[in-house]
Amino acid sequence: MDKVLRMSSEKGVVIFSKSSCCMSYAVQVLFQDLGVHPTVCEIDKDPDCREIEKALMRLGCSTPVPAVFVGGKLVGSTNEVMSMHLSGSLVPLVKPFQANLC
Amino acid sequence: MNTTSTHFVPPRRFEIYETTLSPVSMWEESFKNNGGIYTPNSIIIPTNAKPDSLSEDTSHGTPHKFDQEASTSRHPDKTQRRLAQNREAARKSRLRKKAYVQQLETSRLKLIHLEQELDRVRQQGFYEGNRVDTNALGFSDKMSSGIVAFEMEYGHWVEEQNRQISELRTVLHGQVSDVELRLLVDNAMKHYFQLFRMKSAAAKIDVFYIMSGMWKTSAERFFLWIGGFRPSELLKVLLPHFDPLMDQQVLDVCNLRQSCQQAEDAVSQGMEKLQHTLADSVAAGNLGEGSYIPQITCAMERLEALVSFVNQADHLRHETLQQMHRILTTRQAARGLLALGEYFQRLRALSSSWATRQREPT
Repeated sequence: MDKVLRMSSEKGVVIFSKSSCCMSYAVQVLFQDLGVHPTVCEIDKDPDCREIEKALMRLGCSTPVPAVFVGGKLVGSTNEVMSMHLSGSLVPLVKPFQANLC
Repeated sequence: MNTTSTHFVPPRRFEIYETTLSPVSMWEESFKNNGGIYTPNSIIIPTNAKPDSLSEDTSHGTPHKFDQEASTSRHPDKTQRRLAQNREAARKSRLRKKAYVQQLETSRLKLIHLEQELDRVRQQGFYEGNRVDTNALGFSDKMSSGIVAFEMEYGHWVEEQNRQISELRTVLHGQVSDVELRLLVDNAMKHYFQLFRMKSAAAKIDVFYIMSGMWKTSAERFFLWIGGFRPSELLKVLLPHFDPLMDQQVLDVCNLRQSCQQAEDAVSQGMEKLQHTLADSVAAGNLGEGSYIPQITCAMERLEALVSFVNQADHLRHETLQQMHRILTTRQAARGLLALGEYFQRLRALSSSWATRQREPT
């Protein structure tokens, strides 16, 4: 749990994923489309993978991956991210973390 | 089987009494000459079915009757010969008819079996209403009962959909209160959400079936994106039908379309990655060894992800509908749902027309 809290409190968008998870990849692509460079933590490459999974579930994720944190706060899994985006509330949330292109 | 026989017999017995004189006269002669040929079975004659043999016998029958009475005294040998010939003809006639009847009974049983077979195959999911075209190879896959149930449920879903569309059409052409309209709109939305739930359950049973849109008509399948329609495309189709829109609404709809597009792109790219990893899993190791259980096992694990993609695609459709409902007024939403419903009706009509089009003679 500590690991999760530490990693998720990094600035910007943090996505907990697994190297084999294609849905996590989809979420990554979405954030990139929005001009954000998310920090991707591939938990299957971490020795504490099981613990991290359990911690993420306890925090309220329906599936351990993908788990998205923005500015240290849990947004949720794919469903939550997509709903937020379609309702227009995702862009304002990530605005402070969008890469400056100018 | 016994019942079919008994059904057969009574009408025919009655038919006998309505026939021409000749067959009866034949039997009379048989009686007079110790007609040992006469058996109960030979009563069953489909007189209307075989008029030819009847007339054949008639020509023997009638003249013989008169001959018999006129010439018994004068030419007994000739008469005897004629009577014998007559008996023989009658006997052959009865045997022919018996054979014919048995053939008819066999054919009838075969027909019943075929009809039962057809009904069973129909219930396995070949809904004529939804799919005019058949499987390209002409045979049905063995479908699980869950998928069969889904197909039947979908048939009902389409019927209810058509009913709702008609109602919307009627109501929008006249005067209708916002309250009543809101009810219709809510029902229409719930109806779509119900379909997504049905699909989710079916995807757990057979995700490939849902992915390939097998329950849809051919034209609908042409536009398939991960087991259904592409939300951004639909928005593009429906946009002109919402006029007039307020400026803020126009902005909101455009934003929604863009978000939709981005979400679809992300999910599509995820799907592509899934395809790549699946292909890699299947092709891993030595292709040509002949044993590939580990590869199949690994591929099976990858395939589990396909269900989540189908669900996510439906989630996007769900959310798009929800957002449109939020952006539009009740009246606009009603018009939008009518337009959406009819768009799919037209696609289904296109499928039917295409399947039954007349080919130009070459």
